[in-house]
Amino acid sequence: MVTVRFSELTEEEKYNHFMERIENDEKIEADDWMPDEYRNALIKLISSHGISEIMGALPEKEWVPKAPTINRKLSIMAKVQDEMGHGQLLLRVNEDLIKPLGRNRENVMNDLFTKKLKFHNVFHMPSPTWADAAIIAWLVDGAAILTQTMMLKTSYGPYGRALKRICQEESFHAKHGESLTLALASGTSNQKQMLQESLNRWWESLLMFFGPKSKKDIGSSSVDINIKYKLRTKTNEQLRQEFLTKYVPKIKLLGLTIPDETLRFDEEKEEWIYREPDWKKFKQVVSGNGPKSEERIALRRDSYKNNEWVRNALAAYHQKNRVFAG
Amino acid sequence: MTKDNKYISELIYQLADDNFIHSYRGSEWLGLAPHIEEDVAFSSINQDTMGHASMYFELLETLGEGSVDELSHNRKPKDFRNAIILEEANGSGTYLDQPEYDWAFTVIRHLFFGVLKEIRLESLNQSSYEPLIHTSRKIQTEQYYHLMHWKTWFTQLMLSTQEARDKMEQAISRVWRDFGGVISLGKYGKEISDLKLIASEDELRSEWLRRIHQIFDQVGFSIEGNPGMEQGNGRNGEHTEDLTSALNILSEVYHSDIDAVTW
Ligand SMILES: [Fe+2]
Ligand SMILES: [Fe+2]
Repeated sequence: MVTVRFSELTEEEKYNHFMERIENDEKIEADDWMPDEYRNALIKLISSHGISEIMGALPEKEWVPKAPTINRKLSIMAKVQDEMGHGQLLLRVNEDLIKPLGRNRENVMNDLFTKKLKFHNVFHMPSPTWADAAIIAWLVDGAAILTQTMMLKTSYGPYGRALKRICQEESFHAKHGESLTLALASGTSNQKQMLQESLNRWWESLLMFFGPKSKKDIGSSSVDINIKYKLRTKTNEQLRQEFLTKYVPKIKLLGLTIPDETLRFDEEKEEWIYREPDWKKFKQVVSGNGPKSEERIALRRDSYKNNEWVRNALAAYHQKNRVFAG
Repeated sequence: MTKDNKYISELIYQLADDNFIHSYRGSEWLGLAPHIEEDVAFSSINQDTMGHASMYFELLETLGEGSVDELSHNRKPKDFRNAIILEEANGSGTYLDQPEYDWAFTVIRHLFFGVLKEIRLESLNQSSYEPLIHTSRKIQTEQYYHLMHWKTWFTQLMLSTQEARDKMEQAISRVWRDFGGVISLGKYGKEISDLKLIASEDELRSEWLRRIHQIFDQVGFSIEGNPGMEQGNGRNGEHTEDLTSALNILSEVYHSDIDAVTW
């Protein structure tokens, strides 16, 4: 029997072998051979997911010390900590992918600061009241749960394993968000009003969260590539429809009004009809020109710079200790 | 209220408020720590510390001092019993606007407080007030990991670059000037220790000095004398503007709707 070593295969043969593995639902691991297109799609997806978790901590962070009771303080602290933890987990998965390209964490952070690396539209938006902490945890996390659950079966093993842990924690976030929302919805007229205003503020961003229906809305999209490589299984629109099915009845049950008079379920088409979000605005927001983009990126950039001496010190300490150990 | 109860609650206010304010200052770092791993670890410490504050507030609630949330969100600055060094801001700016926070100061404050907290817990383990024994035992295991965390930071930064060493030594002398306020048991200190609720201030101080010097020895650092109390004694209700602004933030939402029953 003649065996051919993998390294002796032509690029095309390697690619075909790789696609066979994808077709067979095998999991790809960090050290496996993968086409550049696959690696780049993963880097794009996972780095922006990771950095979104980290930037996502900022709108809620505002409300961590302000939370109105000790128990709320404890639960929002735990929730925001989880998000940072998700960011950490994902950035590590991403680090293994960018290592062969000679890139590291510092490059990723710099890409964030120069707006090359984009994060979710929702985290560019203001969160001026306590009700925003409720709506974010309930509905933004609710939306994120749908996309993350959809990707659990992703073809890239390390991403799938990270998502599994993330999804477990997300179920706690949903409960936390539901509880905050319920308290306000059953509270005083001020509390109810605050909640309604927050929903009005977030509704369009929530629909945008899933991305445009087709690439003609914003000019480019990686959905097709991600589906081809089985990184994801559903389209943006499928997810948005799922979101509406899951949350519209719950929102109405709380006595809240959804700020879209055109919203209805079309029985014939079996789909939700809704007012199309402003995709031009979406594109602007995710390119780092949203209402809070500058401020939040600056907060991270400045603190990163402010703590540079600490990172230098740690590097020096570990360098010294390596030398002593050797 | 009996006289004894007055001293019991006096001590518990000190324990509760120290942890409450300390956790708040820590939580302001959220998203701003030197690296993401630290953000996660520090945040977990702050949650635990807030949990400890909550346990002490619960003890006060059973003593009839008011509900946990009233005690934590609806008292005037002068009624707080925390030490002044713990209320001091992390640096210039606010946690949302141009924070220029000082990591060296934070590490030293946490290390110093962590060592004292450990000693206090060991002493509370033998308190004449039983509820304090139960509470201190619950807190002790978590506290062990917190202290280890800050000891690691301390050692690594002290033994790294000259820049870091300078910043750390500056932070030590800054916290040293006021750390006496954390060791203090306030104007009822004698009554508190006579009732055997906790060890005396002198005992707490000498044990704290012993352990701190041991830690300093390992990185070739030394300092003379006792820690001071330059800005006043928080145990007696003396506080700075930093506490007032902290409490305004902590209770902003709580006070925003006086008719609200639930949040
Ligand atoms: Fe998350
Ligand atoms: Fe979440």
